[in-house]
Amino acid sequence: MIEAELSRSVRRWCKDATGVTGAAKLSGGASQETWRFDITHPDGAIGAILRRSPKGYGAAPTRAAGLAAEAQLMQLAFEAGIPSPRVMHVLVPKDDLGTGFIMQRIEGETIARKILRDDEYKAARPHLARQIGGILAGLHRLPKDKLPELRSRGATQEISEFERDYRSLNWPKPVFELALRWLRDHDPGPSTETTLVHGDFRNGNLIIGADGVRAVLDWELAHLGDPMEDLGWVCVNSWRFGEIDKPVGGFGAREDLFAGYEAAGRKVDPERVKFWEVMGTLRWGIMCGGMMQRFREGPDHSMERAMIGRRASETEIDLLRLLAPRGS
Amino acid sequence: MQDEPTPIELTKSVADFLRNDITPLISGHQAFKLRVAINILDLVTRQLTREEASDAAEVARLRALLGIDGTVTELNRVLAERIAKGEVDLSTQGLAEHLWATTMDKLAVDQPNYASYKRELGRGG
Repeated sequence: MIEAELSRSVRRWCKDATGVTGAAKLSGGASQETWRFDITHPDGAIGAILRRSPKGYGAAPTRAAGLAAEAQLMQLAFEAGIPSPRVMHVLVPKDDLGTGFIMQRIEGETIARKILRDDEYKAARPHLARQIGGILAGLHRLPKDKLPELRSRGATQEISEFERDYRSLNWPKPVFELALRWLRDHDPGPSTETTLVHGDFRNGNLIIGADGVRAVLDWELAHLGDPMEDLGWVCVNSWRFGEIDKPVGGFGAREDLFAGYEAAGRKVDPERVKFWEVMGTLRWGIMCGGMMQRFREGPDHSMERAMIGRRASETEIDLLRLLAPRGS
Repeated sequence: MQDEPTPIELTKSVADFLRNDITPLISGHQAFKLRVAINILDLVTRQLTREEASDAAEVARLRALLGIDGTVTELNRVLAERIAKGEVDLSTQGLAEHLWATTMDKLAVDQPNYASYKRELGRGG
């Protein structure tokens, strides 16, 4: 039982803690798991989250920053005043829990459709696009000398990587070919400034409450690159969950996002944002193809994965709406 | 020639059984999986209903566009290669119309409730 190891661990680093209760797995593949639990404490229970790779799963996939880097980035963000959980403990071998970290649990909603539909978030919704602009500006300003070691990726490299991923699927798609040509023709080259890029900042990876954004999650694709990448990705239609006229996560307008970003003292390059939105749309489409491949070749032979393969066509219509729009 | 009911009718009967008779009995993660299963059967029904006509129309467009003959898979491969080489692009007569028609036919099977698709249907399909 994981509660025994967690209890032994928290007693070592959380003053006066006596143990843990209510450990439950929230999500998990073969190599990475997320658990929730409560730390028993005389002042009242403390909500916590464990992110870990179980023992024997040390190596991260090539694009992932790794859990140690994730913990460091979340803590840096927390200290800089960006909505982020406080990291309470980075796992050590003595914990016998694998590699990873334990962080404070922040209450709120991550399910995008609920955030976009439920009354509880109605008052917050009109402000989210602008707030997200401010958060991204803060994130892009995190001091580079304090960052963990991260891969560095510019536009040109990303086009080549996605083209290689797409070709390896052996899945001829004329619309994807058109998008690849467009990206090569519009490659903006190296950005004038290289910053931390979150890499997966979108509706679905944010904890939202009635008061707005409470935490930025899922830092595993963080890297160094063009800050405009994050602004483009948050606008990809797949993350608008049906609210297609509100580009920023289904919450609001690009103008609000840009205004929030610039009010926080950083400059937006709308052309680059558009480039990264096209790139992001293709990226999700190719990922759907990857899901199909994993379904076919195992080990995950699930119906859910099979059906994600059939979502690639959603990115094809969105690419056409971006690159070959029809008259209104 | 095979006997009837047709695959469309058979698949639909299973989907309707799961939807109407089994769904009320199941909860939690299994209910989520059941919904995915029903969605799959509905998709298969839509594909069986539409594929023959949409593939025929796609092949006719591809023949006109490429000036060669072949199966729908072969012709798609050739079109993909020509776009990759830059021999065909959005200034090529008929390409945009072809990609739009083909994509709309795919969404009609894959995700007829996708908001972008519904918007484009409203523009006349």
